[in-house]
Amino acid sequence: MRTLSILAFLVAALIVSAAAGILVGAVAIGPGDVLAALFGSNDVNGTIIRELRLPRVLGAALVGGSLATAGALLQGLLRNPLADPFVTGTSAGATLAAVAAIVLGLAAPLVPLAAFAGALVTVTLVWRLARLGGGTTVLTVLLAGVVLTSFAGAVVTFLLVSSDRLALQLRAVLGWLQGGVSVISWPELGVAAVIVAVGLGSALVLAHRVDAYAFGEETAATLGVDPDRTTTAVLGATALLSGAAVALAGLVGFVGLVIPHALRFVIGATHRRLVPASFLAGAAALVLADLGSRTLIAPAELPVGAITGLVGAPFFLALLVRSRRIVV
Amino acid sequence: MTTLATTSVTASYGPRVVLRDCSFSLGSGEIVAVVGPNGAGKSTLLRVLAGLLRPAAGAVALDGHDVATMSRSALARRIAVVPQIFDTLFPFTVREVVTLGRTARLGAFGRASANDLAAVDRAIDELELGPLASRRIDRLSGGERQRAVLAMALAQESDVLLLDEPTVHLDPGHQLATLGLLRDLAARRQLAVCAVLHDLNLASTFASRIVAIADGRIVRDGTPLEVIHSDLVRAVFGEGLEVVARDGHPAVLPSVPQTVPKRP
Repeated sequence: MRTLSILAFLVAALIVSAAAGILVGAVAIGPGDVLAALFGSNDVNGTIIRELRLPRVLGAALVGGSLATAGALLQGLLRNPLADPFVTGTSAGATLAAVAAIVLGLAAPLVPLAAFAGALVTVTLVWRLARLGGGTTVLTVLLAGVVLTSFAGAVVTFLLVSSDRLALQLRAVLGWLQGGVSVISWPELGVAAVIVAVGLGSALVLAHRVDAYAFGEETAATLGVDPDRTTTAVLGATALLSGAAVALAGLVGFVGLVIPHALRFVIGATHRRLVPASFLAGAAALVLADLGSRTLIAPAELPVGAITGLVGAPFFLALLVRSRRIVV
Repeated sequence: MTTLATTSVTASYGPRVVLRDCSFSLGSGEIVAVVGPNGAGKSTLLRVLAGLLRPAAGAVALDGHDVATMSRSALARRIAVVPQIFDTLFPFTVREVVTLGRTARLGAFGRASANDLAAVDRAIDELELGPLASRRIDRLSGGERQRAVLAMALAQESDVLLLDEPTVHLDPGHQLATLGLLRDLAARRQLAVCAVLHDLNLASTFASRIVAIADGRIVRDGTPLEVIHSDLVRAVFGEGLEVVARDGHPAVLPSVPQTVPKRP
């Protein structure tokens, strides 16, 4: 079974990258001490591993997996290889809602829910705009994404400058806006994990219906998919996944674009296989990107969004050039 | 025996009325060609038959059941629509595309049962797609792609097959092959087939019945001989076409111009 071996390989890749993410860091801690720390030694190493590296690695995995899965769903639904939560402005909408929640002083666990709501509103808007464009949605989606991202960015700047509450934690908020998984706490992780689990579960259930969109919404309907219900459910799952990712890490670009696209050439376009593969590969990729972000210019740290941007943006351009034939 | 029928259907897109008072029925084993000028409402009639467009007045019934009350999934088991395909963006294989025809019947998480796999194999065999089954659909020729999409519709194992200009991107040889295949399939599977066709000659050769639409109304419904004659062709498509009989089949040709242009 080719599919199973690819999935097994991705699981192994995720485990290896997670191990590397836990082992490598500013403070050198040997493998033996790491194991001891994981199982509860109470020295400094234990604190570093349990309170810093482990949540960070798990957070990066959740963020990467969620973004890649959301990207796979969006690309399938919009029939657009250039769609992902970042490019469509969905992440920006989630960011805006999350920042607004912080400004309003909502309790921390409500921030991911606000991010989800922001993502849902934005992704629904993108879907509506894409449908206005008729058959060729590729450019419309990109343009809608540009507009929504700029708008959300403008409002976030306004909130940042005008709010006393945010000014106090400006540095943290700015780091988050650039996309970072450096300060993730266990309670945040818990809330996000539940949201991601629901989003991923829905994605797996919906996957074969997303296949039916390959020839457009109307053909999906004649193949037996209720287009309104399915579209709503897929947009909802996308919003859950992108909302959770944004709540944990802010704006991390291009993971959702690159991972599903690259995987299609290995595992095929069928979403029943693409969705789980995207989650695993996205998780592994972002754990590695995060590892890079804290070791490349150590002891300083890059935001992980800078790493994904460095790799993702050229990839996006290449894809844009290649798909011009189809876009125009 | 299946019957798909419209009674006094009026359909519109917003304020624009596209079909007026259309009554029409389609039965098992029949191939009905819908012909008419651009914008006459042919594709709209097909969309109404498929339950994709709710009529503003009148009703569509499948064996007496109102299509509007049936779920998409129930409809997909009875009515298959062959879409017009220009480009697919994703590397689906031919077998995966054909399997899409089983969407309404797949189990949880898209699991295919033995029945599903058998239906897919059968459709692939019938359209002689075996050697292409694991090829990517975006790498096939237009004719091969058309066959793959037809196989997808066959895999639905429906009673009714609706096609919107199935020959539009094909060269004359492939047009004949596709319609010949359709005729065999309609006979073998006792399908009720309705196809929008632009080419009157193909319609008159392959259809058991022709429905001519002009300006949203059905102006004639009958055998090719009854429908394709000079008066109707002129009335519906305008001047400049003439109908000649050929072995009992009407054929439509451009009239020979009074003055044949000479080479300069």
